[in-house]
Amino acid sequence: MSIISADQAKPEYDVVIVGSGAAGGQSAFTLTLAGLKVCMLEAGRSYDPVAETPMFQTPADAPLMAVATPDKPFGFHDATIGGGWEVPGEPYTNTTKAENSQWRWWRPRMVGGRTNHWGRISLRNGPYDFKPRSRDGLGFDWPIGYEDVEPYYTKVEQLIGVYGTNDGLENTPNSPEGVLLPAPKGRAAELLSQKHGRKLGIPITSIHRAVLTKHLDYQSIPQKLFPGNKWAQGIVKEAMSERNACFWATPCGRGCNVAANYQSTTVHLPPAMATGNLDLIPMAHVREVVVKDGKATGVVFIDKVSGQEKRVAGKAVILAAGACESARLLLNSRGPDKAGVANSSGKVGKYIMDTVGTFLSGHIPALENLPPHNEDGAGGDHFYSPWWLYQEQKAGKLDFARGYHIETGGSRGMPGGGNPVPDNLAEGSYGSKFKQDARRYYGSNVHYACRGEMIPNEDSYLDLDPEVKDKFGIPVARFHWKWSEHELNMARHARKTFTAIIESMGGTVNGSKDAADGNKFIQQPGFIIHEVGGALMGADAKASVTNGFGQTWDVKNLFLTDGATFPSNADKNPTLTIMALAWRACDYLVGEAKKGNL
Amino acid sequence: MTDDPRNGGLDVSPDLAGWRERTSRAPAPPSAAPVPVTIDGTRRAGRLSRREAMQWVLGTVAASALPPTASELMAQEVGRTPIPQERAARVPPRDAQSALAGYGTDPALAKVYKPGELWPLTFTDAQRRAATALADTIIPKDDLGPAASEVGVVEMIDEWASAPYPRQRGDRPNLILAVDWVDAEAGKRFGGKAFADLTQQQRHAICDDVCYAPKAKPEFKKAAAAFSLFRSLCAGAYYATPAGWQAIGYVGNVALPSFEGPPTEVLQKLGVTQTVA
Repeated sequence: MSIISADQAKPEYDVVIVGSGAAGGQSAFTLTLAGLKVCMLEAGRSYDPVAETPMFQTPADAPLMAVATPDKPFGFHDATIGGGWEVPGEPYTNTTKAENSQWRWWRPRMVGGRTNHWGRISLRNGPYDFKPRSRDGLGFDWPIGYEDVEPYYTKVEQLIGVYGTNDGLENTPNSPEGVLLPAPKGRAAELLSQKHGRKLGIPITSIHRAVLTKHLDYQSIPQKLFPGNKWAQGIVKEAMSERNACFWATPCGRGCNVAANYQSTTVHLPPAMATGNLDLIPMAHVREVVVKDGKATGVVFIDKVSGQEKRVAGKAVILAAGACESARLLLNSRGPDKAGVANSSGKVGKYIMDTVGTFLSGHIPALENLPPHNEDGAGGDHFYSPWWLYQEQKAGKLDFARGYHIETGGSRGMPGGGNPVPDNLAEGSYGSKFKQDARRYYGSNVHYACRGEMIPNEDSYLDLDPEVKDKFGIPVARFHWKWSEHELNMARHARKTFTAIIESMGGTVNGSKDAADGNKFIQQPGFIIHEVGGALMGADAKASVTNGFGQTWDVKNLFLTDGATFPSNADKNPTLTIMALAWRACDYLVGEAKKGNL
Repeated sequence: MTDDPRNGGLDVSPDLAGWRERTSRAPAPPSAAPVPVTIDGTRRAGRLSRREAMQWVLGTVAASALPPTASELMAQEVGRTPIPQERAARVPPRDAQSALAGYGTDPALAKVYKPGELWPLTFTDAQRRAATALADTIIPKDDLGPAASEVGVVEMIDEWASAPYPRQRGDRPNLILAVDWVDAEAGKRFGGKAFADLTQQQRHAICDDVCYAPKAKPEFKKAAAAFSLFRSLCAGAYYATPAGWQAIGYVGNVALPSFEGPPTEVLQKLGVTQTVA
């Protein structure tokens, strides 16, 4: 049995996992293939990417040309089928009045969580990213280093399939030879950006994304992942062989019904289920971890099918609900600490981080009237610029301490829903002239997005709202926020950089290029959906929530495998690191369980 | 966003059947006449090589007048069952929605929707007639492709103007203004005629006064803003269709065996070289 109802749960499992996304999926994969019996709880409904993914549907096939609505904030065909920026009956609150400091919380409710629609950008943290405080005196060092995580980055890349190139750039690690899949060719706007970036000293190169640009080598990868374990190899081989290579159409945000990109539902959960060791309960909203005599004994959840509160027991519990939800769960659990469990340090909920986001677009005459050609590509970004000014930063030439990467966009992507003709350029054309203008301007827009490192601070955290409860009667998360000058100055720098690239290409910035006040264009916290922190790992039990394996200091058999444990939020998108750490944590959990230490 | 009335709080059925245990299912042949296939030199029953799969998909698309949905094709390509009909037909029941409800957070995504299916269209006959004439004046039939109304643009604009969401509700007054105004203006200038009954030259005389808001005379500013919105939606709808794609020069949304990047002609025009091997 794989998907079960709440009533079908066994009396006890080896491990109970809360959440089914990147962290939950990876945890379940590792544990079930190690032979442990696992129960996974997901607050949303079950989801079948094979049957439900809209592949090749046109915007005209959807209501309102598939544009974003409050029900589908990333457009109609986005894979998310439950939850979103607002979840009915499950509010959260903000104490900050300024809009650019109000947390926005993306909470998908579906099996696979955010992995169904995410951008698939899969970047390794570099060695610097694990020791930021040692470098600039700000924030926190991780209790582990790049060398601890490197083997797991490699394993995850081999399992999920990541395209990209090894460029040997500073703090931008290469993967071992043969691990990365071939990078997709550059598209017109990307190649033009790259050329002009070079003039400005900005290295624009192939990004890394979890998309199969060719079939995974299912004959040899399973042996590398599970040496000596024929049973695990066989299961992984079978699952891997069922995935197809990308056929260069359909945006990845829709999900992929041929499993050519990574989502938990197509990559982690099928082999985990094939072991026979995984029971998944959808529509199960966990309210608290049950701790007795210093040990977690399971979780209490609301079975949304019956509306009743239920329990599932486990010898160990893993929280993988997403950083903020996992922190909220700890705070809502009853333990010996003043507030929640695993909180003797008082640090649960502290140091919430998102990525620093800002963007700029421009119109490039050189890209007008290009001969029609197919630029769908790999369904997402092909190029990016890793942070390139480490030395300038070290020399004190910049007024912010950490880096950002640039996600480079602009292509002849699927039109529909928007007007391809800029009113100001066409000066009001209509009729056949308008149709010619549409052909002329289509594809001549470029855009650049800053994805930068935020430094954790004492003013950005969550606690429980003392008054507001959700529809289940559970106290909701209350967010507090403050950007520091580092983030605001970074946003200013990024905006100036983007302007320089656009103007170097002979283009003009769309709208204002004013970069004086970062407050005006930094995106709201949470909006980039790279939430991490809230239960930081550390070397000192008094000042952190978990050790370097995501094991809580206070409750030995309680782990966090999502981004909650991140002591810093490098500019590298967190998902790949979440998966690497989850795999590592679960290997450790299995080892400790065998030794009888849990 | 308010509580979704279709869900009614806690009373939501989980879709336990939704997940198919793919790893335990024998792959089904891709069609009634399965193609013998090999992967890496090993014969594997019922599984297509990538190249063969692509040929099969592309061949089927080309051979069929009314092709199956792409999802069905891809499902078959990888030896999986097509979308179950009950899933494809999972549309929120009309009567369960309040007048202000949209499609909710969980509409069937792989389904094709028609304007009017989720909420009623609201243009009057006269408004629809004016909208058709105006849309076809903005996007006429020419050597780049059909007129707007021929590919459903008017219905899509009506759907927009009639939709329950904040952005669309905000747009509605201006969309109604655009179509009502061209009719009123036609009547005023051309002896009581409707906009749809004017000659092309007469229609242009009206549109020229409102087509570019920054240069419109003060008395036309409001109508010009409405015209601009109507034109934007016309374009958004027209270029959402395959005919619009052809008109604009979008040639994607087809399965390809490989991605080659821009052709040499494009690279030369831009003065760039392909940098990815």
